[in-house]
Amino acid sequence: MSEAEGHPLAKYLRKGAKSHTHCSGCGNGIVAQSFLRAVDQVGIPMKRIVCVAGIGCSGWIPSPFFDVDTLHVTHGRPIAFATGVKLANPELEVVVFTGDGDCSAIGGNHLIHAARRNIGVKVICVNNMIYGMTGGEVAPTTPRGIRTTTTPFGNLERPFDLSKLVVAAGGTFVARWTTYHVARLVASMKTALNRRGFSFLEVVSQCPVQYGRRIGISEPVEMMRWFQKQSVTIEKSREMSGQELSDKFVIGEFVDVEVPELTQLYAELFEAASRESN
Amino acid sequence: MQGNEACALGAVAAGCRFFAFYPITPAGEIAEKMSQLLPKARGVYIQMEDEIAAIGSVIGASWTGLKAMTATSGPGFSLMQENIGYAVMTETPCVIVDVQRAGPSTGIVSAPMQGDVVQARHGSHGEYEIIALAPSSAQEMFGMTIRAFNLSEQYRTPVIVLADETVAHMREEVIIPEEESLSIINRRIPSSQEEAARGFLSASVAPMPVLGKGFSAHVTGSSHDEYGKREASAPEAIDKIVRTISEKIKAHTAEISEIEKVLLDDAKVALVTYGSCARTAEYVVKQAREKGINVGLLRLKGLWPFPSEAVSKALASIHRVIVLENNLGQILPEIERATAAETKTIFLPPETLATLHRPDYVLQQVMEAVR
Repeated sequence: MSEAEGHPLAKYLRKGAKSHTHCSGCGNGIVAQSFLRAVDQVGIPMKRIVCVAGIGCSGWIPSPFFDVDTLHVTHGRPIAFATGVKLANPELEVVVFTGDGDCSAIGGNHLIHAARRNIGVKVICVNNMIYGMTGGEVAPTTPRGIRTTTTPFGNLERPFDLSKLVVAAGGTFVARWTTYHVARLVASMKTALNRRGFSFLEVVSQCPVQYGRRIGISEPVEMMRWFQKQSVTIEKSREMSGQELSDKFVIGEFVDVEVPELTQLYAELFEAASRESN
Repeated sequence: MQGNEACALGAVAAGCRFFAFYPITPAGEIAEKMSQLLPKARGVYIQMEDEIAAIGSVIGASWTGLKAMTATSGPGFSLMQENIGYAVMTETPCVIVDVQRAGPSTGIVSAPMQGDVVQARHGSHGEYEIIALAPSSAQEMFGMTIRAFNLSEQYRTPVIVLADETVAHMREEVIIPEEESLSIINRRIPSSQEEAARGFLSASVAPMPVLGKGFSAHVTGSSHDEYGKREASAPEAIDKIVRTISEKIKAHTAEISEIEKVLLDDAKVALVTYGSCARTAEYVVKQAREKGINVGLLRLKGLWPFPSEAVSKALASIHRVIVLENNLGQILPEIERATAAETKTIFLPPETLATLHRPDYVLQQVMEAVR
């Protein structure tokens, strides 16, 4: 990443990590920079951050480019690994980079249970509505009717609303933005980094190669304009019907509540247990 | 004390401070005991949403510096296989207790079978070596759990305690030694950034650049070099990984996989066995000796890496080898290979699988073998 030298965020990049694996126009670069901006502004030392990456293009955001402890794990399981990391050392800021397939298909169970138990892990989910890396197969987030490499006649299934899913499972900070809404994305990432509980940040992102092409918008900038046009705020969405919302991205912060975080509860348990054994 | 309880006590004595579990029979008592013991030691007991998450969180905790364990039985062990491969690939110390029950599938939840022996060896995809120990008593459920932690810390690799329903549920006397008398091995941690950078793929086992120490470790299940840097397409890189992580275990087979020899010196017939089957075998040897039949016993305390040389040597002057397993012959090919041409090997499962070998049945086979 020699071009990055002199960039104010270059200090956060791993020395010697060379050319990246993202396609041209991918939204992952925007997510990467948004996160590093948030880290920079909140002022968390990189020594304290552990990034846990799943399998899929999103895993390549931190791995190997961020100069932090990085655990690049098996497909669908980063939240489970992250749970072990956070419980083993609650002082660490544990951030999961995952995708819609990684965390809602193969890893859906870990997502909802992490939200339920309110483990203080921050999950950044890049939702591109498709399996990008493996060849553009249909995902649990692909809208109905879309033709993908494995739904040549159109997708029959309904897509997951990931943020709503996490709200329902008990997530204590849940927000959704798109790669178009960078300033607000950074602001929500900062909020997540300042919260103790389970945080879920869904970033609707462009995959021009595997998704944009299928829906007739193969230009990355066009996809982001499309995000802009199709996005409605949570407030505005309340006045709209389900039919009207069917092709919209509802953006904003869905929930922001303080609930005792799991490692805090463990600390209390340890105190109680030691009193009991004395 | 029960075998499963002894296992939990052994884990805590070894320094285990993270235990993740998904409920399954016949491993449940390990979890019950751990949930009582760990909070008092400021250790984490957590019940995860499935066995995949249990082993995943164990690996995460191990990378964050804690000694970590999970326990399960066949169905859960199958679910764990992918992440066991991840632990092998990333050289992560951790302990997996598989209390084997009768399978395939749901099978019989509280019947003993040794059906996971080959799964323990080859259950995850790819080419690798694994360490698996086979306890035969409640005492060994304690001692071998400690040994499993020691081996995993020493060689930076997952270690499987391949128990079975009988040793897990039987109650017998267990002697818990004084803490100071236990020999406990802890992983090496890098003493400098330079040492931390080369955190993988050393024949002598690289110090583990655990998370949260400022090492900026890069841990990946993808093909990588000794710095942890991804090398996703070069065949030479994966060749080096497979050879290095396999050889660091294979080169120490004799130390890792111990055997126990009972009355083999003058024996014409040897019973070769492991796990709960060894209990019947011990009894049969005693009975046969009383009848004046020269029978000995070779017990495998470690199954993987298979101790071929030691077995071959121990059985060199034996005419007949009878292999007792509670399956249809999972360790048998290894014994046949180790004893080669000159020894005739007879395979002896129980008359009905998922039951214990009846001593009179085994004795009858012994008497036929010496005829």
